[in-house]
Amino acid sequence: MSEHLVIYPIIVHMLTAILLLFFWMNPKIQRYISILGSAVGIIIGILLFKEVWTDGIQSVQLGNWQAPFGITMIADTLAVSLIVLTNIVAFALSIASTKNMVSTRVKFGYHAIFHFLIMGLSGAFITGDLFSLYVWFEVIIISSFVLLTIGGRKIQIEGAVKYFTLNMISSIIFLTGIAMVYGATGSLNMAELSRIIPEMENQGLVQTISLVFFIGFGVKSGVFPLYFWLPASYHTPPSVVSALFAGLLTKVGIYAMLRVFTLIFPLGEMNQMILMVIAGLTMFFGGIGALVQKDILRVFSYLIICHIGFMVGGLSLFTEVALVGAVMYMFHDIIVKATLFMMGGVMYRIFGTTKMENMGGLMDNYPKLSLLFAIPLFALVGIPPLSGFWPKISLFSASYTAGEIAMLVMFIFASLITLIIVAKIWNKAFSKNENRIERRASFKYFKDFSFSEKAAYIVPIVLLVGVTLYYSFFAEHFQLVAERIGYELMNTEEYYNAVFGIKEVTKL
Amino acid sequence: MKSLILKTVSKTLLPLLILFSVFVLLRGHYLPGGGFVGGLIAAVAFILHAFANGLPETKKLLRIHPGFLIPIGLTIAILSALAPIILTGDPLMTGLWQEQDVPVLGKIGSALFFDMGVYFVVVGVCLTIIFTISESV
Repeated sequence: MSEHLVIYPIIVHMLTAILLLFFWMNPKIQRYISILGSAVGIIIGILLFKEVWTDGIQSVQLGNWQAPFGITMIADTLAVSLIVLTNIVAFALSIASTKNMVSTRVKFGYHAIFHFLIMGLSGAFITGDLFSLYVWFEVIIISSFVLLTIGGRKIQIEGAVKYFTLNMISSIIFLTGIAMVYGATGSLNMAELSRIIPEMENQGLVQTISLVFFIGFGVKSGVFPLYFWLPASYHTPPSVVSALFAGLLTKVGIYAMLRVFTLIFPLGEMNQMILMVIAGLTMFFGGIGALVQKDILRVFSYLIICHIGFMVGGLSLFTEVALVGAVMYMFHDIIVKATLFMMGGVMYRIFGTTKMENMGGLMDNYPKLSLLFAIPLFALVGIPPLSGFWPKISLFSASYTAGEIAMLVMFIFASLITLIIVAKIWNKAFSKNENRIERRASFKYFKDFSFSEKAAYIVPIVLLVGVTLYYSFFAEHFQLVAERIGYELMNTEEYYNAVFGIKEVTKL
Repeated sequence: MKSLILKTVSKTLLPLLILFSVFVLLRGHYLPGGGFVGGLIAAVAFILHAFANGLPETKKLLRIHPGFLIPIGLTIAILSALAPIILTGDPLMTGLWQEQDVPVLGKIGSALFFDMGVYFVVVGVCLTIIFTISESV
């Protein structure tokens, strides 16, 4: 049974979700099942990571149909590290949703959909087939749409309409790209495509098709001209849901880009240029957008966009060091962005508002909490030794050695603008004198919470900050993993051999 | 829409339609049909009954909340997918088939159980949607 470990991350969350559906009417038990399911998810993720780390890339042929004909599930180092991080975030957030969720939301199946979403994410990470990737993307979109609208407030529906329309369009574009690839090559197996595509005569066509994929994934990850849905929708749902979206959903788009543009369509000169320009513009507009926003959750939303630029920029440089930087940044970003939105939720409960000018005095009233919140904020900027610093070393040096000074300037610009934004948040919410605004009568403030409610808000943040600190002080572990990922992304033989089961030949 | 004719007919049609849905579910192996279509037909049977006799009557007939059929169907489907891992050590979703033909049904395999899972999920989802809509109108 252990040889099928590759698919267990999907199975665990599916079983958890089914179990949760059985307890539809019993929200109390649902909480514990949800936490338990996520904990088992972490354990399985770590076991799979260990196996991949020691024995190389693992694969399973679904239905026992051999590789180019059936669907292959394949776990390489990139996929398993993302699965481990996803499950850690899911665990933290399922603790948070014990008290954070109004019972009307739980009654409409919040917990089950949460696990279906994690299942979709795990599936997208480990599939080795383009069409199957599309199907997992659909699972993710449908679950996220339910999570976004559950509760049914007007502002939520408004955000969800924008979110759903643009994501649907991106799915259609992605599907069109798949149709083009299938028409041109007759295969959708990623490993087989990696051998067919370089030998095709019409390379211009191939590069064009790859741009169709870039648009499809670009909408999902929120790159420059296609990001407007993101700040319009991410501040509307409860903080747990937006933390989940911020941490993981945009990163699936980046993961798909990393996979497709290294394995199937290695970036050509022209596409590299296009990606580079778009990465620069994404950082610029994301940063500027964050600077002018007054609502703290909207500031965080724009920061997501700004920092997506780092990952796309790392990919566009297309050297091993740059990919290492991009992957490192992704690891850091998943944890920190999820923490930020959880933090935003706590600040909303403390001040009763998300407008920054109405905040103030956090440092005087909650000194310990302020210290806790300072860590992800400073990690975001990349103040050494916190986690944002380490990937930037690789990214900066890669752009310098590649001679792309414009890219380097944009990286530095984005880092500086993040620093300005964090300083602004610190000024307005933490160190400014307390700003007495009228208490809202029917609003439950943080200081009125019972101990267990406070714990449900704070424990997940502590957990995620713990991961950030581990990343910060043991960055060499992450560096090692990222270097191996960079190697695997640039040298696709092992991936190909794992899919087609010709391991022995390479070992001789 | 409580006409006497519809009421009478629906009582006869309900078992017939359910029988037909099971037939469609089973013939799905070799001919057009399968769990999805069968599930839709079964759902239509109950919806027709609800139109003729009113929602409370149909709920009494069903005894359990139709939403409960969703996890049951999902469980059957995932067990049929997991069966090869547990029984023979083959990868997920490998088809397991019985050696001999069963009279009437033909060969029985894990695919049939997957279809049955789909059948229950479709019935559950359709009835939940329709019941919710007609309750809120």
